[in-house]
Amino acid sequence: MRNQQATQLLSELSRPGRTAVSWPACDVPEQPLEELIPSNFLASEALKLPELTEGEVVRHYTNLSTKNMSVDTHYYPLGSCTMKYNPKRNERLASMPGIVDLHPYQDESTIQGMLQLLFELQGIFSEISGLPACSLQPAAGAHGELAALMVAAKYFKSIGEDRKVVLAPDSSHGTNPASAQMAGFKAVSIKSDPNGGVDMEDFRKKLTDDIAVLMITNPSTLGLFEKNIREIADAVHEKGGLIYLDGANMNAILGIARPGDFGADMMHYNPHKTFSGPHGGGGPGAGPICVTEALEPFLPSPVVKKQGDNYKLEFDRPQSIGRVRSFFGNVGVLVRAYCYILSHGPVGLRQVSENAVLNANYLLSKVKHFLPVPRGERCMHEFVASASKLKQERGITAMDIGKRLLDYGFHAPTVYFPLTIPEAIMVEPTETESKETLDAFVETLFKITEEDAALLHDAPHTTPISRPNEVQAARSPCLRADFCST
Amino acid sequence: MTYLYNTPDDQAAMLKSIGVESIEELFATIPSDLRLKRDLDLPPMMGELELTQHISALAAKNASPATHACFLGGGSYDHFVPAVVDALASRGEFYTSYTPYQPEVSQGNLQAMFEYQTLICDLTGMDLSNASLYDGGSALAEAVIMALNTGKRGEKVVVLGTVHPEYRQILQTYFTHLGIEIIEIPCVDGVADLAKVEETVNADTNCVVVQSPNFFGGIEDVAAIAEIAHKNDAVVIQSFDPISLGLLKRPGDLGADIAVAEGHSLGSPMQYGGPYLGIMACNEQFVRRLPGRIVGQTEDRRGKRCWVLTLQTREQHIRREKATSNICTNQGLFALRASIYMALLGPGGMKQAATLCTQKAHYAQTKLSEVERLEPVFSSNPFFKEFVLRDTQGNVEGLLAEAREAGFLGGIPLGQFFPEMDDCFLVCVTEKRTKSEIDALARTFSLIHSGGSTIHA
Repeated sequence: MRNQQATQLLSELSRPGRTAVSWPACDVPEQPLEELIPSNFLASEALKLPELTEGEVVRHYTNLSTKNMSVDTHYYPLGSCTMKYNPKRNERLASMPGIVDLHPYQDESTIQGMLQLLFELQGIFSEISGLPACSLQPAAGAHGELAALMVAAKYFKSIGEDRKVVLAPDSSHGTNPASAQMAGFKAVSIKSDPNGGVDMEDFRKKLTDDIAVLMITNPSTLGLFEKNIREIADAVHEKGGLIYLDGANMNAILGIARPGDFGADMMHYNPHKTFSGPHGGGGPGAGPICVTEALEPFLPSPVVKKQGDNYKLEFDRPQSIGRVRSFFGNVGVLVRAYCYILSHGPVGLRQVSENAVLNANYLLSKVKHFLPVPRGERCMHEFVASASKLKQERGITAMDIGKRLLDYGFHAPTVYFPLTIPEAIMVEPTETESKETLDAFVETLFKITEEDAALLHDAPHTTPISRPNEVQAARSPCLRADFCST
Repeated sequence: MTYLYNTPDDQAAMLKSIGVESIEELFATIPSDLRLKRDLDLPPMMGELELTQHISALAAKNASPATHACFLGGGSYDHFVPAVVDALASRGEFYTSYTPYQPEVSQGNLQAMFEYQTLICDLTGMDLSNASLYDGGSALAEAVIMALNTGKRGEKVVVLGTVHPEYRQILQTYFTHLGIEIIEIPCVDGVADLAKVEETVNADTNCVVVQSPNFFGGIEDVAAIAEIAHKNDAVVIQSFDPISLGLLKRPGDLGADIAVAEGHSLGSPMQYGGPYLGIMACNEQFVRRLPGRIVGQTEDRRGKRCWVLTLQTREQHIRREKATSNICTNQGLFALRASIYMALLGPGGMKQAATLCTQKAHYAQTKLSEVERLEPVFSSNPFFKEFVLRDTQGNVEGLLAEAREAGFLGGIPLGQFFPEMDDCFLVCVTEKRTKSEIDALARTFSLIHSGGSTIHA
């Protein structure tokens, strides 16, 4: 079905003299360019961009799009990434005139509608988290972590304490220790116990007097609620430290439990996960953070405030860490989150979590019979199965299973994460999948575990390409069309 | 609820399969005293129609191109977006897909990112590009991190005062608490004073940060600054305007080692400042230090050309606290938009767009400077699409407020960033502004000056 052209690069399709735009003629009196800009600043030759017609560009990218799995086309049982349905209404609303075309330096009087939306969203995020102050500025979850840790650093400085240590469980996202290090802290890892929770003995051993922050993902990356969270938070607070909650898994507890109520001092949201912003093949997301009242003065500026009937940006925040991003933040993503939350209301939001947890436990109850789930009979929004036994007995790896699923039209689950479970297969169904889809997935998964090992090693068989040589890609990087270093 | 699929019958069957009586029981692991005993205090659920009406009402409270002609710039620009960009980027296969960790079913995104990297290298004249970062400001901070992490240079970061004030604020946030000294060189004449640069940059300097065209629209002598920096073994980081490269020499041709930019003007809307596109390109020496995602070309088992995420050993999910940055995302959808935009325009279209901006901005500068109370500032400096005007009556806020009444977003007051320039404002003219809009703005400013009633655009 596909001809050769459909897989060519733009540079290969290019022919000199083609173009896809026709700009209007210049309607102001034109001056010789060299009189406006000295010639030593002007480029001496044309850019080497491809030259194509509009139809060619459209065909090229449309063909590329068909080589992607996406939520609109496929089921994505991807753990810790929450690939749920992305409501179409949010796309339309976020693209509306008066929303999508605002300049960030418009006078406040001309953006009262946008500021109202953002102000309300700050309040909504605070209510859901149980943490009264909010900054919408960070551009991604990891950016939120970094901003919040800077808030913590500034807070400790303000009270004259020099605390250096950030603790994070070994099952945490890799961004946690990386953010800690970038904020000037020393990251120390805590072990997990056999049930996947924080190993309390190791925790107590590492809970030193110079602890600044304990970062914890709760519900965890294993899909478990940390049952000792209160005890952990109390112990950290007793030492004068703070609790940071990695909010990656908030979709499991919306309206059911609030991080502020179980001891968190700071957290970030991943609105693109919890509140269904599309992932865009890698971004954009956003990383708003919520904190306690005591930490509020340190939040990045500006924040939106209400004064009488007017909304204002507050820049005068003397204790603020400053700015972590230009302009206000990833507003387009925030608008989608706002629309998603209003589409549900308090009851609907709780049902989101209930159904996400129901779907996950249903899958777990089926999968555990042929792929052991080492950490528990119950889960929150996701669970981690292990292909260890299959690997020992038949040489079939988690990767093989993931790749073979692609042949059957299912996206692969997250594999080899968290690192604490060997041959991990991390499954998160989300609330927007039907029982039929889950049943079909389980049946396929079971069928695959019975298939011939050699067939699986070579999988996938039906996708646009077979397994790529990733070692070669890293050893001799070829990072652009006409330039492959050796 | 709208997006939940399972009926009560389905739910009952599922609960039975799990072996519990109720959904409530599934939450038993959350200690009861940690559970919320009430409904969240949120607005009630809205259907699609009500929500559409609600958002429309909010949108109607905002000024937009439908009501005002936009002469605002300062890092966010009202450039034209061709219909093709929206049509292709709104394909669900692109925007609802995940990070391409499964290359076999993500070749569309991977090839698009690889082509983005290629196009950015073509645009900037640099060796390498990553698959994008958050935005222009944080990309600049990441560039400084990369410079600090590479080689055995000094620890001081030298930043020109004409770099976007918010970008400089981001640098302060990222680095001051780490004890890294940031030296800002004030630029009183709207561009860098080369003698001051020469005087400041020394063996302790790790990198020199320059923006060209700079925050005031002025074109900096990057080549001369790069020469001074390189003499001192310092890295040159240039922040640039991607549209300007249709006309101006590229960072790679001027001696920049790392080039960063705010890339939203390549085919993405202003959307009140985000999401945007952080462009980062660099010399080959940084290949294993470059933060963010990178796509590489390779072959599959059947020898077919294909693409994968590569060099991931730098990244946080493998190196954790030893990673070159904590970034675990890119702006895939906006990188896609930028690629489509550049593919549509090609070299000729990029040059035309840049030329239109330059011609119209210069016309506007002349025209607006004819208004009695206005005068051009830094008028001897070459500029691209932005320039600074002074209100000789010192009432910038009042002038711009009246212009707003007449339907113009006439400029950005500079006092908020530079207290000594509280009688100045920054005007930007893109290819979208017409002669009649520019003339009308000039007329409006004149009328405001003469105390007459203003006319609507």
